[in-house]
Amino acid sequence: MLSREGRQGLTLISPPFLYALLLLAAPLAVVVTFSFWSQNYLDLDTTLTLKNYREVWTKPIYRVLILRSLNISMLVTVFTVLLAFPMAYFLSFRVKQNKALWLFLITIPFWTSYLLRIFLWKVILGYNGVLNSALMGAGFIDEPLTFIMYNVTAVVITLAHAWAPFAILPIFVALERIDRSLLEAAEDLGDGPVRRFFRVTLPLAMPGVLASTLLVFIPTVGDFVTPRLVGGKDGLMVANLIQVYFGKANNAPLATALAVSSMLIVTSISVIIFIVGRRIGGRTR
Amino acid sequence: MSENAIIEIEDVSKSFGSVTALSGVDAIIREGEFFSLLGPSGCGKTTLLRLIAGFDEPTGGTVSIAGEPMAGKPANMRPTNMVFQSYAIFPHLSVGENVGYGLKKKKMSRQEIADEVTRALAMVDLAGYGDRAAHELSGGQRQRVALARALVMKPKVVLLDEPLSALDKKLREQMQIELRQLQKQIGITFILVTHDQEEALIMSDRIAVLFEGEIAQLDTPEALYRRPVNKRVASFIGVMNFMPATVTASSDTAMSVNIPSLGQVDLRADQLPEGLNPAAVDTIGVRPEMLTILFDESETAEREAPGEVTSASYCGDMTYYSVLLAQADEPVTISMRNTTGRSILTPGTQVRVGWGHESVVLFD
Repeated sequence: MLSREGRQGLTLISPPFLYALLLLAAPLAVVVTFSFWSQNYLDLDTTLTLKNYREVWTKPIYRVLILRSLNISMLVTVFTVLLAFPMAYFLSFRVKQNKALWLFLITIPFWTSYLLRIFLWKVILGYNGVLNSALMGAGFIDEPLTFIMYNVTAVVITLAHAWAPFAILPIFVALERIDRSLLEAAEDLGDGPVRRFFRVTLPLAMPGVLASTLLVFIPTVGDFVTPRLVGGKDGLMVANLIQVYFGKANNAPLATALAVSSMLIVTSISVIIFIVGRRIGGRTR
Repeated sequence: MSENAIIEIEDVSKSFGSVTALSGVDAIIREGEFFSLLGPSGCGKTTLLRLIAGFDEPTGGTVSIAGEPMAGKPANMRPTNMVFQSYAIFPHLSVGENVGYGLKKKKMSRQEIADEVTRALAMVDLAGYGDRAAHELSGGQRQRVALARALVMKPKVVLLDEPLSALDKKLREQMQIELRQLQKQIGITFILVTHDQEEALIMSDRIAVLFEGEIAQLDTPEALYRRPVNKRVASFIGVMNFMPATVTASSDTAMSVNIPSLGQVDLRADQLPEGLNPAAVDTIGVRPEMLTILFDESETAEREAPGEVTSASYCGDMTYYSVLLAQADEPVTISMRNTTGRSILTPGTQVRVGWGHESVVLFD
């Protein structure tokens, strides 16, 4: 039987454990279960089958959409992290006072809803949008640029903006944790600012970069609002299809099989990113 | 300036905003010496070290290393290497990579670097530790790695920022002696920052005592201890008994001083601090070990004064007595070695206190 401490421990963790069970494990279990059922017009056939998975893993449409989703998501991740690093660096190394205020300012994008921010980008990037009007007004271009709206570029820009704070904060925290005397030691041992950055600052900031990468990559693969609104027909992602199957197409089993498949792929890629990142961060030569 | 000066500090001052950390500091540090910057926290000793290292630029004055003015030269261009207070061991690199960090910049082959690293690690008694991860090291080992990392660069000057303050007492005492021996053996100039006067006395050839951004005294450990220039230096280094006194007569070669608690004494001019104004002298100082309690009738001293023991602190090898001298308001501290047959005196015991004129230091 359990010891007294054991029972105490269980009692202590039970509220968050139940919470996690109800809100994470249960829905996931439902999704996984659904993926092994099948849809027979209006009826749900609950005999276990691999039919949905067979379809997902063989038909080209799904492969195309999943690959495109991963592609867009990686582009977004690279852009977001590359833009976030200088911001986090500035915040950690250059801002001496009021760091809290700066952090607060970084959360400004969150003050409006996700949907509004996407519409904002529509206004900026659109055919008659702010950017095109400005560029035409200034005489840089004669007709509106079309490659910036309703395609992958627009999706990348919109998502990179939306996820910027999530990327900045982990890198900022990692940079803050670097003992400043390490940087002085590197300088003392002959490194100029650039060498010092690549030999000390960046390797030590890698855990933060890694966290940012995963934090942006994982959720953006599954995004369906942004591609729907600014992605046009080439910018559609796998989540858009899942949404269609859940909704109009009324095929929840296929939708869940698609979801579980994407989840497995994203998990594998995340694990690879994590391991590779750890290796780079752990030992730099 | 001086023939063998390695570092010349001329009228150096440093302010951070409205706070003055250093003002008008002059010092010459000689080649091959173990030099200490000693003072309480906030006296500017670390600031001065950082100015020499090149992490900060002075607000005024110049720092020259090996005859070359260092103004505008960042730390990576200076022939100095530092052992940081936190040791600043790179956590993502192995011990060997830490030690070889600065050599990568110099155009050396991998093999040459490896050889230098091995030699440096052996020098600090860490042979075979090259492949260890930084976090596997103890505090003392980290300190040695930091030292090896600085020495391997063959700098003209090694700067040590309170390198022993994080170690426990035993290890610290051992490292003080080892560091001193190592420095003498390799002959590189060491500049040590410390707030521990004992550490400075043990390790240094010369010590600069800093108070509030100014050098109060720059001297050998012995001179600092025996002839402190003012009361502050005297009480910062070791223990000093202060007693009121007045100068009754003075000439170019001698001075007569009346010390109510001890008696009248004649002092030669050469034992007085330079620039002392006889008229301003109001205090004398005597170190606790310069006073002796005369235990029996047969013991004698150059001078004697009566007193009464008020308390005794037994410390194993020594006993520290507080003795109220006949004509004094405050008791003095007297340290006595606990040799064979010498019992510990109880408070209230009447004693004769022996002293000599050479142990007296004058203060204005």
